[in-house]
Amino acid sequence: MANFTKATSVKDWLNQRLAIEKVEKVMASEYWIPKNINFLWAMGMILAVLFTLLVISGIFLLMYYQPNVDTAFVSVNYTIMSEVDFGWLWRHIHAVASSVTFLIIYIHMFTAIYYGSYKKGREMIWVTGMLLFITFSAEAFSGYMLPWGQMSYWAGMVITNIFSLGDLQFNGLVEWIRGDYVPGQAFLNRFFMLHVFLLPLAIMGLIGLHFAALRIPHVNNQDGEEIDFEAESKKYLDGDKKGSKVMRFANDFMSKDIMVLAIFLIFFFYLVFFHYTFALDPVNLDPADGLVTPAHIYPEWYFLWSYEILRPFSVNIGLIAFGFAQVIFLLLPWLDRSPNTVPASRRGLFKYWFWLMLGNMIALTALGKLPPEGMYSTLGLISALLFIVMWLALPFITKNEKKA
Amino acid sequence: MKELKILAVVIFFTLVTYWLVEPYAHGVMHKQVDSKQFAYSDLDEATKGVMSKKGDATRGKDLVVNGGCTGCHSITVADIPATMDAVTAASSYGVNPPDLSNSGVVYDAKFLAALIKNPAQALKVEHKFTPESGKMHPMVPFYGMGGDIDQEVADMIAYFQSIAVSQDELTPEMAYENACARCHSMKYLNWTELGPKPSFKTEIESLTYDLKVLEYQDSLKAYMGKLPPDLSMQALARGETRARNFIEDPQSYLEGTAMPRVGVNAQSAEKIITYMFDSADPKREQRDTIGTYVIYFSILLAILAILWKKEVWRDLK
Amino acid sequence: MKESSRRGFMGKALGAVAGLGAIGSLVAMKKTWDPLPSVKAAGFTTLDMSVFTVGEMVTEQWRGKPIFVMKKSAEMVAKQTEEQSARDIVVNGTSYMVAIGLCTHLGCIPAYKQKEEYFLCACHGATFDSAGLVTKLPAPRGLDIPPFKIDGNNLILGEVGPEWQALKDNGITL
Repeated sequence: MANFTKATSVKDWLNQRLAIEKVEKVMASEYWIPKNINFLWAMGMILAVLFTLLVISGIFLLMYYQPNVDTAFVSVNYTIMSEVDFGWLWRHIHAVASSVTFLIIYIHMFTAIYYGSYKKGREMIWVTGMLLFITFSAEAFSGYMLPWGQMSYWAGMVITNIFSLGDLQFNGLVEWIRGDYVPGQAFLNRFFMLHVFLLPLAIMGLIGLHFAALRIPHVNNQDGEEIDFEAESKKYLDGDKKGSKVMRFANDFMSKDIMVLAIFLIFFFYLVFFHYTFALDPVNLDPADGLVTPAHIYPEWYFLWSYEILRPFSVNIGLIAFGFAQVIFLLLPWLDRSPNTVPASRRGLFKYWFWLMLGNMIALTALGKLPPEGMYSTLGLISALLFIVMWLALPFITKNEKKA
Repeated sequence: MKELKILAVVIFFTLVTYWLVEPYAHGVMHKQVDSKQFAYSDLDEATKGVMSKKGDATRGKDLVVNGGCTGCHSITVADIPATMDAVTAASSYGVNPPDLSNSGVVYDAKFLAALIKNPAQALKVEHKFTPESGKMHPMVPFYGMGGDIDQEVADMIAYFQSIAVSQDELTPEMAYENACARCHSMKYLNWTELGPKPSFKTEIESLTYDLKVLEYQDSLKAYMGKLPPDLSMQALARGETRARNFIEDPQSYLEGTAMPRVGVNAQSAEKIITYMFDSADPKREQRDTIGTYVIYFSILLAILAILWKKEVWRDLK
Repeated sequence: MKESSRRGFMGKALGAVAGLGAIGSLVAMKKTWDPLPSVKAAGFTTLDMSVFTVGEMVTEQWRGKPIFVMKKSAEMVAKQTEEQSARDIVVNGTSYMVAIGLCTHLGCIPAYKQKEEYFLCACHGATFDSAGLVTKLPAPRGLDIPPFKIDGNNLILGEVGPEWQALKDNGITL
């Protein structure tokens, strides 16, 4: 056993047992962050806060929500919205935060792609980030089932049918997932469990892993510059704060994180109170009806691009394309063959690849919502093919990139 | 400033995505119908005669009582009771005929004139009652009592207007009850198609009432083709504009729908919409008030956060 | 030195304002836990007192709790002590025993022993006499009398009438 002495203060007492001073150093005051970064580096903090808001609002919704096919819709739309004091607040926060989480995830992802933050040494940051994206997607989908409106039901029907894997006709698998021939009570109950327990648990674990993955390679910076963190942090601690290329996480970087967060919260609360309808699809305000499919059915906006990759093809090819779209981002660190860790603007053909990929994903997102008729069908097919071709071309256009 | 440029790029792509996915896509998906401001100008021709006459309420009363209206309709304020209860009436006519006490204030006068003379035309349900179908609209047109029919109709409308409450006294609930409640339920505000469900002491009384509602719904289903939807969430599920389009002219939005044009005037329509929002979004005022405070608070917080960051970074740059 | 104290101030101001926001959100959280309006609206029960039989202990329900009701004959009233009579509720000239059927110790339902005319709580052994007065520990006081209002032959539980107010003011019930 370690040697314990009579404590001189509460802090000392705790310090002997929990090493709180050391923890504070490792987590905050001597966690070194490059100075050469911009506000896009605060997206992680915003996501952490959004996830916290989702958990808190979720806890309050959970106290009145009833996972039962007969009462789920009423418990959400009447009990929570009309009866429970401030029930509407939790629901709006929950709905808006889930939608905005995906907006910030996409910004976070494209920031990483632009600045090359997935390159050698940082692969695990990228991989854990993409695993978070996948678990958040599952979390969002399972949550969307819970109000048991028309969109819940039909999204549940369509997405679980994907697991029949086209001509392989794995209908037994689909029924196993649903626990029924169609989405019903068993389905609602198990997605409720996934949404409030298993997936949040997985997300929390992955968030820890994602943070841990940052420690050894350190945070990237705006120029992809290799920084000697030991020398620079010594400079800082010796008093040359201005000359050092790094800063403390707390309070130096945190003050900026919090500034960006506070500005973001203005936008967030504006959405919660005055512009929440985009996150509360009107079609889902009709109770689930297994005998009537709504005239227009589409997923939430953040799934539209992958939905559109599924849609223009015949069933088997569509499923292959969809599967391709789900895993391809995960492989980015290995598909990008260039060793350069610099912003896309300084990287030959990749510069065009980046902006075209972003533009095309926005096009896919829009086309995924528009009715698949006439011109929109054609554009959808072109965009989906372009997406696939661009990813297949990535190793070739990055292979011969000049050293930056 | 470089960071502001980056912010501008982020905002630009976010707004483009938002615009494409929300306003643009929804504009493509949903038909846009312009409101005609409840003018009912398609009825101008048919009601020209009536609208040019000045009605006399006293004569109107005689016409209403002797002309056959009260054979089916009750007029509670004039102590004229219904000849049968709602469930029986619905089994004969498909739907319970409305009480006429407030018809003069809820409905547009021109619509009433057209309705009295030719119900199927005024209600825009002629597609359901074609000569080939052999079906007749359950409301019998008024063929006149021997005098000038236009004058007679004008008298009847004058009578309805004289017994109705004023527009100021007409509450959203009364407007809703008159125009919507005999076909639609609104469960979140306790409405069945037979009116607000009373609280019963015993389960058997409660179930007996529910059974009557089911019987009534069966008649409605047979008459309308399907059960008209519950209106509890429709204000949000369809939105204010579509709700107004539907109230003004269901056919303009959904061609061939069994829902008749209800013929309310513009003020009553707004009251009905208010009532629908009372059910679907009852906390809207609280939300707006608290929202304003929260936004002010967030702005204050952001200002302090910016100042703090500047202080901390003074040593770093 | 002057600068660093100012810096301390900005950080503290930000923390204080953020703290206010957190307290504000606690208000919303507290209110979310409040009983729903529909629960509160359902907190009234009307009992028709004319239907009871003399000497029979009946269990009614109010706000989810058992309510013991017993109609008393004139002889039964005459036999009572003053303390017992003070708890009687008189509706239309007839006396009734009305009490919340939960032991005042920790809330179990005491069982009525018809023959011996007393209540025994199975949880910790407290006993009450047929008027609801405590006769054996650990119950701290007699059975509580629910708030009521007398309306003709009816007793409206949940509403506060002058008779109940008097019982409360005299310390007969909580």
